[in-house]
Amino acid sequence: MSALITSPHLAAPDAFYAALIDAHRGLDAAGSAALNASLVLLLANHVGDAAVLDEALAAARSAALAAGPAS
Amino acid sequence: MTPVVVVGAGPVGLALAIDLAQRGVPVRVLDDGTPDSTEGSRAICWSRRTLAILHRLGCAEAIAAHGVQWNTGRVFFGDHEVYAFDLTGDASQRWPAFVNLQQYEVERELQRRAAELPLVDLRWRHRVAGVTPGADGVHLDVHTPDGPRSFAAPWVVACDGARSPVRGMLGLEREGQVFRDRFLIADIRMEQPFPAERWFWFDPPFHRHQSALLHKQADNVWRLDFQLGYDADPERERAPDAIAARVRAMLGADVRYTLVWASVYTFACRRMARFRHGRVLFAGDAAHVVSPFGARGANSGIEDADNLGWKLAAVVQGHAPEPLLDSYDVERVRAADENILQSTRSTDFITPKSPVSRVYRDAVLALARHHPFARALVNSGRLSVPAVLDDSPLNTPAPGASFAADAPAPGSVAPDVVLPGGGALHDRLGARFALLLFAADGDAAATAIAARLAPAVERAGTGCDIVVVNDAVVARRYGASPGTCYLVRPDRHICARWPAVDPDAILQALLRAHAAGVHA
Repeated sequence: MSALITSPHLAAPDAFYAALIDAHRGLDAAGSAALNASLVLLLANHVGDAAVLDEALAAARSAALAAGPAS
Repeated sequence: MTPVVVVGAGPVGLALAIDLAQRGVPVRVLDDGTPDSTEGSRAICWSRRTLAILHRLGCAEAIAAHGVQWNTGRVFFGDHEVYAFDLTGDASQRWPAFVNLQQYEVERELQRRAAELPLVDLRWRHRVAGVTPGADGVHLDVHTPDGPRSFAAPWVVACDGARSPVRGMLGLEREGQVFRDRFLIADIRMEQPFPAERWFWFDPPFHRHQSALLHKQADNVWRLDFQLGYDADPERERAPDAIAARVRAMLGADVRYTLVWASVYTFACRRMARFRHGRVLFAGDAAHVVSPFGARGANSGIEDADNLGWKLAAVVQGHAPEPLLDSYDVERVRAADENILQSTRSTDFITPKSPVSRVYRDAVLALARHHPFARALVNSGRLSVPAVLDDSPLNTPAPGASFAADAPAPGSVAPDVVLPGGGALHDRLGARFALLLFAADGDAAATAIAARLAPAVERAGTGCDIVVVNDAVVARRYGASPGTCYLVRPDRHICARWPAVDPDAILQALLRAHAAGVHA
């Protein structure tokens, strides 16, 4: 059984997405990378559950590999 | 014939030699140097567990008295403190979390103790030039001040350091990871009012984009450690004027100091596949190395010696079969893996290996200023803690036995407990195994049980002392009630426990802890 919630769980998906992009306003690539890292760390601590985090890491990695260059 | 030859008279070799001699085993120690040939301070942080071992070897008091006792570490990012840790532990601890003392001072104290023991034959300027292992012993070709000599011994223990010539002569390798970074150690003597704490900086104003460390040693010597990056030129960084510039940047332009020792180093985390090769055993840096962040090098070497001493003595004296020595390999390989894991993680934090690793490291440090959760992720070295041998073949598992979750389990070190009336629990433990038999105060039944058990456990292996314990403070720490038993090895690791006295089970566990299921 999956511990990670991958079914829709956000009450206002469009608003969250807009807020996420807006948080990066005015940042260069390095600043955005720093923000993303801080966000991941904050949310990971909020989740806490190692099983959920392991599943999220695996899901994110396979998404990244699927989206990556074919070489 | 001397049954054991130890190669190397550093802290590990000397600790092992003292332990063997205290157990009645004659031991010859060969070292290619002289008593004062250790260059520089080298290892400086001696753990509580090491102090307990050195106490058993008759050396801890002088080391604790001479050294600098500390329990607190602080981590800074930029010019802000982001994290502090306190390693004091519970109030019943006998020793401080760490004592800082220059390695050569520890060696001097071990040399003093070794000289008191007639069974230790310590030979300086003896360089091992050839090792020929055989089925029943090992032949050593040795260069001595009086010319070449040969020694034969049933057992050889190589404690000859990270570059271990013995390991090289046997063609044995270590596997692991080498890190691409350089660090400068500058040990300086100066008068400073800083507290005896471990201070570690990431990206401080005085040493941008690198880490730095400040730590007090005995006799007003301070350890300064500067991360340099892999491209740094070791020759140039070692030059006194280059060091002076770094010291003044850190401590102020008007700082007055004398340079005691400087070294530019790189490090690796790696170990031998096995620590026992027939009749040659490896201990300390010869067997495994880690980064210095965490004080896991010399301390784990002392733990190696502690683990091996009683086993080798038991085999040499015919109290246990040879396979007992395989448990040294199993237990200390496991401990080395734990140290390597911890050290590698610290190093990955201090020296990020990829751009994204650095982004996360810096994010953790930035978050740590305001968010407590991130402080737990800051890793400037996880300091040495005792090995827990919880899957050792020498342990007797007790499935279903009901103990409190915080009671010490088989594999862990039996906690020492300072007693209200003076002294400590470990003072009652001898050189052999000990059965802690918990009893109510003035419990005649316990005394009777002890008397009945004594003859049987006396004959098993090296024998076992029965220690009746009726101190409430000890019973609380062990989650014990009257009848509870803990079986403690000579190295103070617990190998079995029972909620009630079971003479047959105790005897079987004692035999198992000698790797001697049917040994009498």
